[in-house]
Amino acid sequence: MPQKKLSIRIDGELISALEGQTILQAARANKKYIPTLCALEGLTPVGACRICLVEVSGSERLFPACTTPIQEGMSVITNSPRLTRYRRITLELLLIERNHVCAVCVSNGHCELQAMATAFGISTVELAYNFPKLSLDMSHPRFVLDHNRCILCTRCVRVCAELEGAQVWELISRGIHARIVSELNEKWGNAASCTSCGKCVQACPTGALAEKGRAVEEMTKNLEAVTSLVHRRGVQA
Amino acid sequence: MKKVKVATVWLDGCSGCHMSLLDMDTAIISLSRKIELVYGPLVDAQEFPEDVTVTLVEGAVSSQDDLEKIQKIRQRTQILISMGDCAVTGNVPGMRNSIPVQKLLQRVYVDGAEEKKLVPSDRVPVLLKQARPVREFVKVDICLPGCPPPSKAILGVINDLLEGKKPDGNFKVKFG
Ligand code: SF4
Ligand code: FES
Repeated sequence: MPQKKLSIRIDGELISALEGQTILQAARANKKYIPTLCALEGLTPVGACRICLVEVSGSERLFPACTTPIQEGMSVITNSPRLTRYRRITLELLLIERNHVCAVCVSNGHCELQAMATAFGISTVELAYNFPKLSLDMSHPRFVLDHNRCILCTRCVRVCAELEGAQVWELISRGIHARIVSELNEKWGNAASCTSCGKCVQACPTGALAEKGRAVEEMTKNLEAVTSLVHRRGVQA
Repeated sequence: MKKVKVATVWLDGCSGCHMSLLDMDTAIISLSRKIELVYGPLVDAQEFPEDVTVTLVEGAVSSQDDLEKIQKIRQRTQILISMGDCAVTGNVPGMRNSIPVQKLLQRVYVDGAEEKKLVPSDRVPVLLKQARPVREFVKVDICLPGCPPPSKAILGVINDLLEGKKPDGNFKVKFG
C-alpha cells in the first residue's frame, strides 16, 4: 500500500516524508543529523535516552525524535541552545550514574557514550559522581555483561527479542535501581534461551556487553552486522 | 618579560599526565622561556609558593594529605587546571570507591601480602572514604580530561593562558 506523503519542515527546510515515519526517520532520510543513543535502525524505538529531543513549533515541551510520529505541517528544530543544554544535562546524568571508567574500558575509543560526550565538548560534569557498587556477569562462555558501563538503552533487549527472537534480556527494577537481566534474573551462562548469537554485544553502544578476552580499547562493535540484517529482512526502519 | 609562575601537583594519579606534559618535544624550550616552574614533582621546591598563576593538578583527591594540599594550592593559585581523568572524574583511583577503606587495606596489605602482613598506619596519609574529582573539593577553572590528555592539548591550554585567551573548548576533549 503506497504510504501517504506529508510535508514537514526540519530546521526550516521543507521536506516531504512518509506518513507513519518518526521525526528521526524523516530527518535521516533527508540527511539531517539528530544525535541518538538508544535508537537503532530496525528496532522498535523506545525513547529511553532522551538525547534525540527536538523542538516542535507550537509546543513548549520537547519531543523525542525517535518515537514521535510526524504530522502534516509539523515544523521541527533539531538544534538550538536550549536543546544543547538539555542534551548535555542528559549526557552528564548518564556519565555520573554508573562507573564509566573510559581509561580501562574494553570499548575505550569505540564507545557511543564517550563519542557523544566528545561531540558535545563535555570536559567535566556539574553533579557529583554516584560511584555505585555494580556487578559483572562472566558466566557466559563467550561474553561479559558489565553493569558499570550500562546506560539502560535497552538495545540488547530489543535486538534479542526483535531480530533474534530469543527474548533473553529484560529490564528489572526502576529508576536508579534498574538493571538489565538475562532470563528472569538467571546468570547469563545459565540462560537456556540464549543462542549465543552475540547480537546484543554488537548492538550495545558501550562496553557493557563485550566479548571475553578483549583488553582495554579492543572491543570494536559491528553495528553493521545488526543493521544489514535489518535491511536483508526488509524491516521497516 | 617576566616569567609566568606555573606549578604542577601530583595527587592520586599514575604520573602519566606529567609524562604527557613533558612529551611536548622542542615546544618545551620556547615554553620554558615564558614560564617558571615553581613547584611540583619536576622541581625541588618544598613549599607551595604564595602567588602562583597557573597550577596543573594531576590525580584524584584520595587522602587527607591530598585534601589539605589542594585546599592550600587553591588559595595560592589564580587558575587551577584539573589535568587528566583522575583529577576530572576520579577515574582509576575512584574504582575503589564502593569498597570500605578498612576492607580495602586489609585485602591489599594483609590478605594480599606474602610477608609483613600489616596495614600501614605510620607516616602514610590517611585515606579518605573515596577518591573523588578535584572539582568536588575546590573550585576548578579548567578541566582537561584524557588519560592522559594529549601533550598538544596541555600545551595548547598553557599557551592560550599565556596569551591571555580563554581556553574554552579549543581543544578536543575526550575521556579515556
Ligand atoms: S547492556 Fe548495552 S545495549 Fe543493553 S541496555 Fe545496557 S548499554 Fe544498552
Ligand atoms: S534516541 Fe530517542 S530517546 Fe534515545
